[in-house]
Amino acid sequence: MKDIIEHKEHHLHLDNILSEGTKNGLPKIVLAGNPNVGKSLFFNYLSGTYVDVSNFPGTTVSITKALYKNSEVYDTPGVYGVSSFNDEEKVARDIILEADIVINIVNALHLERDLFLTLQLIDMGKKISVFLNFNDELKKRKILIDPKKLSELLGVPVYEASAVKKMGFEKLDEAIADAKVGIQPDALHHVLHETLNRVGSQAEALLIIEGDEIIAERHSVPCGSGDEREIIYIERRNRVNEIVSTVEREDSSRGLFFNALGKYSLNPVTGIPILLVMLTVLYFFIGDFVSQRVVNFTEKTIGKKYFEYYLKSYVANYTPSEISVIIKDEEDPAKRLRVYSFKENLNEDQKVKQEFKHVSRDENAVVDFKFSNLIAKLLFGEFGIISMTITYLLFLLLPLVAAFYFAMALMEDSGYLPRLATMLDRMMNRIGLNGRAVIPIMLGFGCVTMATITTRLLGSEREKTIATAILMYVIPCSAQLAVIAVLLSGAGFLPILIYVSVIFSTLVVISTTLNKFLPGQSTPLLIDLPIMRLPKLDNAFKKTFFRTYGFMKEASVWFFVGALFVGLLDVTGLLVLFQDILAPITTHWLKLPKEAATAFVMGVVRRDFGAAGLFGLHLMPMQITVALITITLFVPCIAAFIIMIKERGMKEGLIIWFSAWIFAFLIGGIVAQIII
Amino acid sequence: MGSKTLDKIKKGTYFTIEKLPSGIVKVQLIRLGLSEGDTIFCLERLPGGTIIVQKNRQEIAIGFELAKLISVRIKII
Repeated sequence: MKDIIEHKEHHLHLDNILSEGTKNGLPKIVLAGNPNVGKSLFFNYLSGTYVDVSNFPGTTVSITKALYKNSEVYDTPGVYGVSSFNDEEKVARDIILEADIVINIVNALHLERDLFLTLQLIDMGKKISVFLNFNDELKKRKILIDPKKLSELLGVPVYEASAVKKMGFEKLDEAIADAKVGIQPDALHHVLHETLNRVGSQAEALLIIEGDEIIAERHSVPCGSGDEREIIYIERRNRVNEIVSTVEREDSSRGLFFNALGKYSLNPVTGIPILLVMLTVLYFFIGDFVSQRVVNFTEKTIGKKYFEYYLKSYVANYTPSEISVIIKDEEDPAKRLRVYSFKENLNEDQKVKQEFKHVSRDENAVVDFKFSNLIAKLLFGEFGIISMTITYLLFLLLPLVAAFYFAMALMEDSGYLPRLATMLDRMMNRIGLNGRAVIPIMLGFGCVTMATITTRLLGSEREKTIATAILMYVIPCSAQLAVIAVLLSGAGFLPILIYVSVIFSTLVVISTTLNKFLPGQSTPLLIDLPIMRLPKLDNAFKKTFFRTYGFMKEASVWFFVGALFVGLLDVTGLLVLFQDILAPITTHWLKLPKEAATAFVMGVVRRDFGAAGLFGLHLMPMQITVALITITLFVPCIAAFIIMIKERGMKEGLIIWFSAWIFAFLIGGIVAQIII
Repeated sequence: MGSKTLDKIKKGTYFTIEKLPSGIVKVQLIRLGLSEGDTIFCLERLPGGTIIVQKNRQEIAIGFELAKLISVRIKII
């Protein structure tokens, strides 16, 4: 049911996009092909703009459209066939159904796989032209494909191309002009006849016979059974195999081709060391370089020292404020603290204002503005909707998310990610997931909010629930991870050991329990492994840009909503009330100082605020351990919470969120009772 | 040699697919190029049972639970 509703939304959305084209009557050219066939490079050539090319089937579903000469060109997500097994296929299907001309890009190395879609497009009665991409790779491997013969057998024009070398693009105009309806098997028309009379379009009739319930529902005609689909599919598969055996020759019998690295990264014996090397490189790039150095500069210097300082002192020109300036002096350990109070605004006393300006611009000054006006507090205060959210989004989250997407893009484009998914498949099976779930989980160490959006690519609702729960309960995001790492490394070896084993066992217990009690079945792994190759940097940059942009666009507004919510709690005094309520649990059960409660409440806002709140408390090593375990298991930040509600629904979201409170205090408390 | 399921196939053997599980997964397998009667090579068997098969140049990873549902016959060359 949910699927259908989602689909309708998709369709409505698509209708809008597609009907724009109909309005101005432009012919629609659609690029279609399997994943990783280089479709997007063709699209780039036609449009001049960039689209996401990806090795791992299915990260986000995006529709891209461009104008080319007197027509509209659409790019589609890579699919193995036209049907509705997942979101990408539904989107691709709807665009293809509307197409006037389909340019089918085929990976010439994998003719057997790719021609299946080609024949389906022909059976749909679409006018098509075929491009055999990867011609250079073909020559390298001494494989011969006869394009003329293939064209004869298919009844449509076939062109050779090598998109990475920009060869074959010049044929696109000809391909668009000469696109033809291909040769369909005679038997097909007997099968389609009746449905065709009722729905009027061969493409839709075919999909209905092939069991597409959504299309059948649109025309309110009965849908084909799974058996009919199987018969058609097997017949089509046989035609493909026959065609391939006629047109393809391998010159030398070089035996089986494998890329050594690709092979080694699959088997745990060699794959785990390779993974460890990758993770180490990742750690130095993201954990050390980006989340420490880059973010330190962007958040502390650009964000706090310039952006927030100028914004807030500007606001202070108009409203009462109390500003404290702390100057950290290396030689004088006693911090110099000065407090300036402006009852009306900054300009009431020019002398004090000048002194404040002078002092606060000291290199080591930390400036803290407090506004008494409620509106000013809500917008520009400590949790100010404008001040905090913009610093957070632009100067903390943006560099981190971009770095993570960049690393993922490199791994995707190299073909490593699907192999990693394969290697970890069995391990993930134990917790009710399959190998594909490594993507959201790995992204979670960057930003849980970003990762929660990515759980969409998992095969079943059950897997989405398990992955979301893992992300929300046990995966610390990079902002939090940085604080945890600093505190733990100061606490010693035993605390690290306790922390890691408690968090890991919680992960195992929670996910195996969910796996046991959630109804339904998880989907087994079934992915094709693309060839290993050196990733192209410009492609990775472009992909990073588009994904980061997509994430910021989707999630940013929720960070503002979250800040508004917390700002209201702060202004109304509810935040303090929470801290008081939590205090007894903190002191007796967790055996931490009363002030630690503040850290937990802050954790609701931003996970790293929570962890950072523990810095000033002078805790014993074992207290640090307990506090960090509790804060890691504690609820995710407010933005992740809202995205979770959006993705998983209100009920499930609230259950996960509230149980995170319980788990955090329960497990943290038990550890406290044992070790303190 | 008699039939087996794919999860029992040793690395480095050629085998013929006898029967695929029915339903959507069958359709997905056919689209990827694995259909009944095809001869396939078992490229790798990972500890735990995830199987990587190869048909021509195409490598496909198949989860253990799915492999158990695919009946195959070992081919002697």
